[in-house]
Amino acid sequence: MAQATTRSGFIANLGKIYGGYTGGFIFFVILLAIAEQMGVPNKIIGYAFVFLTIGVYAYIGILSRTSELSEYYVAGRVVPPVFNGMATGADWMSAASFISMAGGLYLAGYGGLGYVLGWTGGYVLVAVLLAPYLRKFGQFTVPDFLGVRYEGNTARVCGVIVLFSASFTYIVAQTFGIGIITSRFLGIPFEVAIFVGLLGILVCSMLGGMRAVTWTQVAQYIILIIAYLTPVVWLSTTLYGLPIPELTYGQALNEIAELEKKLGIVKPHVAAYVDAKGQFSWVEFHNFWALVLCLMVGTASLPHILMRYFTTPNVRDARKSVAWSIFFIFLLYFTAPAYAAFAKREVYRDVIGQQISSLPAWVQNWSQVGGLLTIKDGNSDGILQLSEFVINQDIIVLSMPEIAGLPYVISGLVAAGGLAAALSTADGLLLAIANALSHDIYFKMIDPKASTVRRLVVARALLVIVAIIGAAVAGTRPAGIIQMVAWAFSLAAAGLFAPLVLGIWWKRTTSTGAILGMMSGFGVCLYYLIATRYFDMPLWFGIRNISSALFGMPVAFIVTWVVSLMTAPPSKEMQDFVDSIRTPKGDLAWVRGSQHE
Amino acid sequence: MAAMTPAQRDAHWSKTSRLMWTIMALWFFFSFIIPAFAVQLNNIVIAGFPLGFYFAAQGSLISYVVLCFWNASAQNKIDEEFGVAED
Repeated sequence: MAQATTRSGFIANLGKIYGGYTGGFIFFVILLAIAEQMGVPNKIIGYAFVFLTIGVYAYIGILSRTSELSEYYVAGRVVPPVFNGMATGADWMSAASFISMAGGLYLAGYGGLGYVLGWTGGYVLVAVLLAPYLRKFGQFTVPDFLGVRYEGNTARVCGVIVLFSASFTYIVAQTFGIGIITSRFLGIPFEVAIFVGLLGILVCSMLGGMRAVTWTQVAQYIILIIAYLTPVVWLSTTLYGLPIPELTYGQALNEIAELEKKLGIVKPHVAAYVDAKGQFSWVEFHNFWALVLCLMVGTASLPHILMRYFTTPNVRDARKSVAWSIFFIFLLYFTAPAYAAFAKREVYRDVIGQQISSLPAWVQNWSQVGGLLTIKDGNSDGILQLSEFVINQDIIVLSMPEIAGLPYVISGLVAAGGLAAALSTADGLLLAIANALSHDIYFKMIDPKASTVRRLVVARALLVIVAIIGAAVAGTRPAGIIQMVAWAFSLAAAGLFAPLVLGIWWKRTTSTGAILGMMSGFGVCLYYLIATRYFDMPLWFGIRNISSALFGMPVAFIVTWVVSLMTAPPSKEMQDFVDSIRTPKGDLAWVRGSQHE
Repeated sequence: MAAMTPAQRDAHWSKTSRLMWTIMALWFFFSFIIPAFAVQLNNIVIAGFPLGFYFAAQGSLISYVVLCFWNASAQNKIDEEFGVAED
């Protein structure tokens, strides 16, 4: 009983607790700023940021330890919408969003906005089509829903296979990102850094499962949003007098347009659907909307995101929670183009066309660090032309504090933010995978009589095993991290969106239809991916394989539709079950497997 | 509180579906129709922002946040109207 009161006391005081935490964090940053002014070396500051933040996450992880199934799998279903929104924000924003996206926008201009649209718009689909209904369903995992709605383990296993393919691809990319950040800021070899990061991930999630991960993610969101906003807010204030970079970067765009004319750059930053020569291209046009579609539908199909809405107290809160999620995600995403604009303005104004011997300090510093920024005087004229300046997209966010003239402590803060983003996403993914294996495969299929204790042991063991395998694969430095992430989205979209949406919105969907739809959609998508990536198959209609779901999704829908109509309609019990899912109030109608713990 | 009659249940679902289609139509508009005209919209510049670029970078994002909050409150109203909102 005392446990229950402490837990409810916690929920009632969330605002105060996290308010205190935020204040404490800001105080910590100020302390480190003072330390830097007093001469403490940068390396120590870097270590302080990394180890202190991981220490806090571990502390929260320990405080959230549990031996209760519903707390381990769905955080006890007590997470209020605003905090669940923050946790989802952290879960969503990975190292890719935090570090690479602004850089991607710098390099691609309008073309990169496909990622901005694609990684936000999907939440409308989640809110309207899926979250409230999955919450009413109320079990622990997405394959749970598939197994009940489509009457058996075939659907459940298909769900697990798609979940695993998408989430594992994604987690390898995340672990790789964690390795990069940790190795750069701790100065240790990449292979070692990956396992340090791994430990960071595990301490957050092992003892408390979803309960620990949720509350840690709220803490991580606070750090990552402070870290992301600080450099650009500062730069916006110094350049334009207004601390709202999302409004002031319009002026930067103006300046960029003029600099582009002056420097003779043919591909304008803001021009839509242009190729490298600045000419309109239908291939670019079609790839843009195809990517937007695949990323949005993928958002609404990724189990680690859908799982986040199982943790709210009820259906109404699930809907509100999706709204808060997109709001907190929006805060970062609508700032990313400002990063790109400010960086480009700086580069075009003070770097390109300047004497190579007198480039700004940040350029000189970063060109020393292996491979991220290269300057080569190809024509030996002593002046830097655009083609002689090669910048890795990851630098844009990492170097912004220096561009803004901020002290090193802010660079450390940005590193802590990137680490928070990467750890939170890795935790969410790892939990989704381990929970599917322990709950859907082990408990539901191998040993339905397993005790609570045994189920939790299996869940935790799988967490460690999957994490180690993920780290090992990441250690092989697979190429194309953003590509891998986009593939994960397409695989999930092609395999899961049709059975989930049709299962809720079309009562006539039959089990056979859904299962065949899942397999064919996922199969087509996977085929396109592998054939174009490893076997040099030419692209279909010029659509790049980061949008493979463009082909897989329609196949999934059509096959599900046709086969459902060809097979016997679902039973009256199943139709009543779907009706009860569509009604927030009241119990679920009975079908086999619908009663949960 | 008595469960809904089949007629009420159908009415509830029909209103829910109509809200869903409305929101989906607006989502589609901001995600695909507006970006389809980005080249033309870019000719309009407000506060330094070419309009086509602005929508993809910020305008459509704002619409998503609004749509999600609107969905939460509008659907809740529908649920309350039919007595199926949770306590």
